[in-house]
Formats: sequence, structure tokens, C-alpha cells
Amino acid sequence: MISTNFQHGIIIVGAGLAGLRAAVECAENTDVAIVSKVLPTRSHSGAAQGGVTAAIGNEEEDRWEWHMFDTVKGSDYLADQDAVEIMVRDAPRVIYELEHMGVPFSRNGDGRIAQRYFGGHTRDYGKKPVKRACHASDRTGRVVLDTLYDQCLRHKVKFYPEHYVLSLVHEDGRYVGVVTYDLSSGDINLLAAGALLLATGGCGRIFKTTSNGFASTGDGLNLAHMAGLPLMDMEFIQFHPTGLYPLGILVSEAARGEGGILRNSLGERFMERYAPTVKDLAARDVVSRAILTEVQQGRGFEGGYVHLDLTHLGEEKILEKLWEITSFVRIYLGIDPVHEPIPVYPTCHYIMGGIPTDTEGRVLRDESGTIAKGLYAAGECACVSVHGANRLGCNSLLDTLVFGRRAGLAMKEDIAKIEHHPISDEPLEKAKELIGSLFDNKGPEKIDIIRRNMQSLMMDHCSLFRSEDSLGTGLEEIRLLKKRLKNIEIVNKGRYFNYELMEAIELGHQLDLAEVMLLSAFRRQESRGAHFREDYPARDDNNFLKHTLIFPGREVRYKPVAVTRFRPEARVY
Amino acid sequence: MIMKFKVFRYDPENDDKPYYQGYEIEADPKDRILDCLNKIRAEDDPTLSFRMSCGHGVCGSDGVRINGTSALACQKLVRDFKENEEVLIEPLQVFRVIKDLVVDMNPFFDRYNFIRPYLITKTPPSGKERPQSIEEHKKFEDAIRCILCACCTASCPVNQDKATGAYIGPAALVRAFRYLFDSRDEGSAERIALLDNKDGAWGCQTKWMCTKVCPKEIPVTKEIFEVKKLILESRKGEE
Repeated sequence: MISTNFQHGIIIVGAGLAGLRAAVECAENTDVAIVSKVLPTRSHSGAAQGGVTAAIGNEEEDRWEWHMFDTVKGSDYLADQDAVEIMVRDAPRVIYELEHMGVPFSRNGDGRIAQRYFGGHTRDYGKKPVKRACHASDRTGRVVLDTLYDQCLRHKVKFYPEHYVLSLVHEDGRYVGVVTYDLSSGDINLLAAGALLLATGGCGRIFKTTSNGFASTGDGLNLAHMAGLPLMDMEFIQFHPTGLYPLGILVSEAARGEGGILRNSLGERFMERYAPTVKDLAARDVVSRAILTEVQQGRGFEGGYVHLDLTHLGEEKILEKLWEITSFVRIYLGIDPVHEPIPVYPTCHYIMGGIPTDTEGRVLRDESGTIAKGLYAAGECACVSVHGANRLGCNSLLDTLVFGRRAGLAMKEDIAKIEHHPISDEPLEKAKELIGSLFDNKGPEKIDIIRRNMQSLMMDHCSLFRSEDSLGTGLEEIRLLKKRLKNIEIVNKGRYFNYELMEAIELGHQLDLAEVMLLSAFRRQESRGAHFREDYPARDDNNFLKHTLIFPGREVRYKPVAVTRFRPEARVY
Repeated sequence: MIMKFKVFRYDPENDDKPYYQGYEIEADPKDRILDCLNKIRAEDDPTLSFRMSCGHGVCGSDGVRINGTSALACQKLVRDFKENEEVLIEPLQVFRVIKDLVVDMNPFFDRYNFIRPYLITKTPPSGKERPQSIEEHKKFEDAIRCILCACCTASCPVNQDKATGAYIGPAALVRAFRYLFDSRDEGSAERIALLDNKDGAWGCQTKWMCTKVCPKEIPVTKEIFEVKKLILESRKGEE
């Protein structure tokens, strides 16, 4: 193993939307480098389909206050309202900025950016759906990712592609860099920086059924946790209502935004019963639970799914607005959504929780808001919190773009005040020891089997419907799997593109995060947003209108929610 | 059903030259070829290396050659092949093999970067969006489906031939098309200057392989033809 030291002003881990947006902010006058375990444009932001929300009112009247109300209500009142207000008020600027950078948004008849309906987004505080989602057909994430990557090329941002981060470096009370494993060479590098941004995305691969890509293993979340930081609200895991059955691939909510209807095996538009006002356009947690309830009560299809019916929309509209999902359905199921309904079921999609930050992306060490110097987080791995207990569709791209930029601005300011100094080689030596000991490990266990066990048990114990008994069992089982992981053997000892080695490390992160999720869920004795407890089916604002913080020793603490404009009230769609 | 694979293998650490290795796995007709590769790695041979990310044809990571044709391993299903047929899996052509199915994508991204893949504007924007009609948007809409998987460039006979391999390749030209035909872009002159040469748009010999293999059904060859036409028109303007 060869090792090298590099020094940059700012290092960003993750090349998805949050990371790239932060880089663009800093690139002009700062030495910024992006580290990613995949090649450029392969990050999972690219799989986002539906759009970015902003109350720009191109189709009909809209106001940021309505957007804010919807986001807060969608969050089941757990989002911090000061942060939500910043995000929704900044949203129109974000859209115009993207357009100016070149994002090829779909257009309406006036030549302006087209907007469409999306779940939970309404006019006049919940009266009826509003067209708020700016989109580029159903490939919005991909084209924004491409555009931001292109901007990074234009600004000559340095990339370290296929570099897997092994640890965060902490020295004299400040986070000062990362140690990386270069997949293409097997070399280990120490990258020092004045400021460090974690923008590593989500962790959906902890679950068996997920829309997330293979790389969404939550590395950044657990690296922060291992480096002494708490994780916030990790019990709130979003299951998207319409995963393609049985693969779990995302079928965008845009399908319902454009007029698609969910039907059970009797052909009923069942969402009328669960959300009389907005029906199929209710928030995701509500629709996902409705689907599973239909299935449990015998009105689903064999195997546990329902139908998403687009057949009344016509081929032209489907191909214009939903090209990608049409292509997925044709390729993977061999059926044509123009003529046949799509089989769908809930799929693990997004983690609302994450590394606690303030509204400038600064990572917080504790419930009183102490700053972790030098460390920033943005995007899905961060928890500002703007999504609370349940995120609304199209608010995640907005989150990455608003808070990625703000983290970039804050880092620029931060590094202007500090002086670089050489950092110790010790973290490099530790990383080499870690890799060496993984290679030397002997035992009968296999990564793939432990991973599949984890994915199944998280579906059984920590998905849409939860209870104390089941979560307790889940915790015991995860702890057993963590023990079994100690007895794995890495067969591949090669230095070039050794994915077995990387997956062994990823699995360690996944098991730690699974334990944090189960513990957070176990302790929250109420139902709120995506967290539904069969033994505590009601929301309990007296005891649980607060954020969960899990510390590295598994200590559980809580933090109050910022309530500014909207007092919690009953949540009906 | 039983699926048989013959997979290209090369590890620069241990192998003087590449070789092919056979594998047999139990697969479901609905499985992706990518699932099969993962199964081989999990159950049979953890030393096999290949790239993947989204698993459904959006990220562009898993371009390989399947029975000689460039494709995404996540877009081809077991049911597309006959039982007992030996499926040949090889790395993309044109690019240097680093290990097994993993190729060096740096030259690909360098050429992509060469065409200045970003909106070039001279007129400052207003406070809101630049207008663009539905018709104007439609002109380049097919091109924005590109996921930079490199299947087209790897399949292009011009890129494959060492004598003409300096050709910028279809993927970079599709992105050039995307900006040249975007009504908001004002960088035509500088982009055309980069493309108006034998290794630029004129490198294309209209072999149609790019169009045939494109996993996103982009009319690549037609778009390259449109770029050539635009170059010719711009020359007329100068005369």
C-alpha cells in the first residue's frame, strides 16, 4: 500500500447534488476537491425523477407560505420551522439559478418552466393540490446532476473519483481531513483540508426493498458517528409508495402528479378513503400505509402490491412527461404502462434523519448546538431538519441545493480565518492497520449472507409498521449480526478495484446505522410521519414533539423542535 | 434456470494477459445480468470486478459488452437469453482495461470536457428564467437523456480503429448537440471551432453503431449529422 498526502482548502465527500452545489459555490476562489466512491455523474441524486419544488407560480397562484405550511404539515410538525422558512423562501432563486446554469427544464405553453402537482403540495393551506414541482420530464435529478457537474468542470474543480473514505481526521478540536482508499490503485491517501463537507447521501441499502443505488450505504453518516458525533431522527425512514414491484425501483410520484391513480384488486381508487381532499396526492407516509393496509385487508394483488394506473393519460403525455419510468416498466416487467397498470408497492427511499446541522451546514455536536469545528454536512446525510418525520416529494432536491450552497458559503468564510498546518500521519497508519486486519481476518461468515439477513430483518422490524416487541427483537438480531461480522473472511486480496473489501467496510457502517434506527424507533413511543407504532398509534406532542439524538455510546437524548409559524394540529389530507 | 457465463478476466497484479473464465449460476428469468454478476461475486468468485451504481439504467456505470454488443448490465434480463446459452461478458472496447470489466474512463470524460459542456451565454439573464418554447426545448430533448455510459463511443468503429481513434466520439458530440441546439446557448461559434476538424464532428463515418447500442434510445447518428449540418451552415455565414 502506497500512501500520499494532499492538501486542499475545502474537501467535499460525495458528488451528488449537495456536494456539487457546494463545490460550485466555492470553486471560483477556493481550492476545492471532491471525493467520491463512484465516478462523476454516478451518484444517486441522478435517480431523482419528479422535480424541484418552488412557489414560482408559473401555472397558478402559489406562495412560499403555502409551501412552508405543506412542508411542516408533511413533516408531521417535526421539522424545524426556521430552517423550512429559509428553504422555501430561497426556492425560487434556486430554480432561476439552475435555469441560468443551463438545466433543461420542461416548459409550458408560455415558454416558462413547467410545474406539476406533487404529493402534499397544496394551495391555501391544504385546500387543493397546487402545481409546484419544476421538472425536466421525469429525469430532473439526472439533468441537474449533469449541469452541476458541467459547472464543476468549467471551474476546474479537482475530483478524486472512486476514492472511498475510511475515516475522518480530527486534530486539536477540529476536523481537518479524510483518509481515503483509492479503489483504482489500492493506495491510501490522507487528504487534509481547512473545512470538510459530508454530502454522502442516504442509506436505503440497509433495507431489502429499496429505490436506492448500490452505493447508498450510509458511509458518511456512520463516519461522523464513529468520529464522535450524534445522529438525529434516525427512526424516520421514508418508504416511497410506488416502487416497481418486485424490484423496488422508483416510479416517480410525478406519475400521480400527472394524473395517475392507485387502484386495489377490486379496481377501487382506494386513496379516496384515506385522503378525501387530495386523494392520490397525499404525503408519502400516508399513501404507503394505505397501500399496505389494502394489501393486509385482502384488497391487494398476490405477492403484496397494488396497481398504479396511467392508462387514461394517453401515450403522448406519458412519453413526454414520464419517459424514464415508462422505459423501466417496459424493460423490467415487459408490460406497457400506456395500456396496462403498473404493479407497485412501498420501497425504502429516503432517510429524514442524519447528521445534525444548523442552517449553514455546520455539524452540531450535541443538543445544545455546540459546533463541530471544521465539519459540515448537507443533503440526505444531513438533518437540518427540514423534513422532520416525513419528507414531501421534490423537497429533497431543493434541500440539497439550498443547504449545499449555504454550506459552501459558510466553509469559504470559515477557511479564510484559519491557517493550514501539517497534520499527523497517525490516521493514515490507523487506516492501513484497519485494511491489514480486514485482509488477515479469518472465519466462516460471508458478507453477502450477513447483508441479506440485515436487509430482511430491517424490513420485518423497522419498516412501515413497528411495535416495541418487534423493534426489540430487531435490535437483538442486529447485535448478533454485528458479532458475526467479526468472523468474515475477505477472499479477494487484490489491490485493484477490490469491491469485496469496500463492501465489508460498508456493511459495518450499515449494521451500526441499522442499530441506531432500531434504537431511535424503539424509544419513540408515538406515531409521527413515517414512524408508525402499532402499540402507540397516535401522535403525542406532549412527550415527543422533539428530535431524537443518538450518541456514539448509544446514549439517547432529545432536542426541542423550532416552532415559529404553525402550531401542531391534526394532520388530515 | 441455469445461466452460463464466460467472463473476461484480467488482473494486472497477477496476469500477464487476459483470459476468460466460465461461471454457472441459478437465475430467475426476471433477473438483470447485473444481478447475475453480483451473484457470481457473492457465491462464486469475490475477485471479479465491475462497476455499478443505480442498477436501473440512469447512472451509466455498468456499460459492458454482452455477447459482443455494448449494453448496460442492469438493462438486460436473463429472459433475453436462451437457457444453456453461454453469455459472453467483456469490458467496453476502446478504453484501457484496468481490471476485469473495469475500464479507464478518464479519456472519455476528458473528451466530454473538451466540447465545453456547459451553457455559454453572453446576455445576462433577467431575474427570472430565460424563456424557451416547448418546440425549442423539443429540439434537444432526446439528447438530454444521455447518461454518459460510453456504450456509443465504445461501439464506434472509428474510435475502435487505432488510426482514427483520436475521434472525439459520439457521446461528446451528443452533448455538443445538446448545447448547440439549446435556444438559450450563445456559444455556437466557439464550440463549432472545436468540432470543425477531422477528429471532431467530421470523424463520424455514419456507421450507426452508436444509435444501435444507445441504452437511452437517443438518435445519436442523426444528432451528429445535425451538428455537421450546423457547421456547414456556419461556414456559409462566414463567406
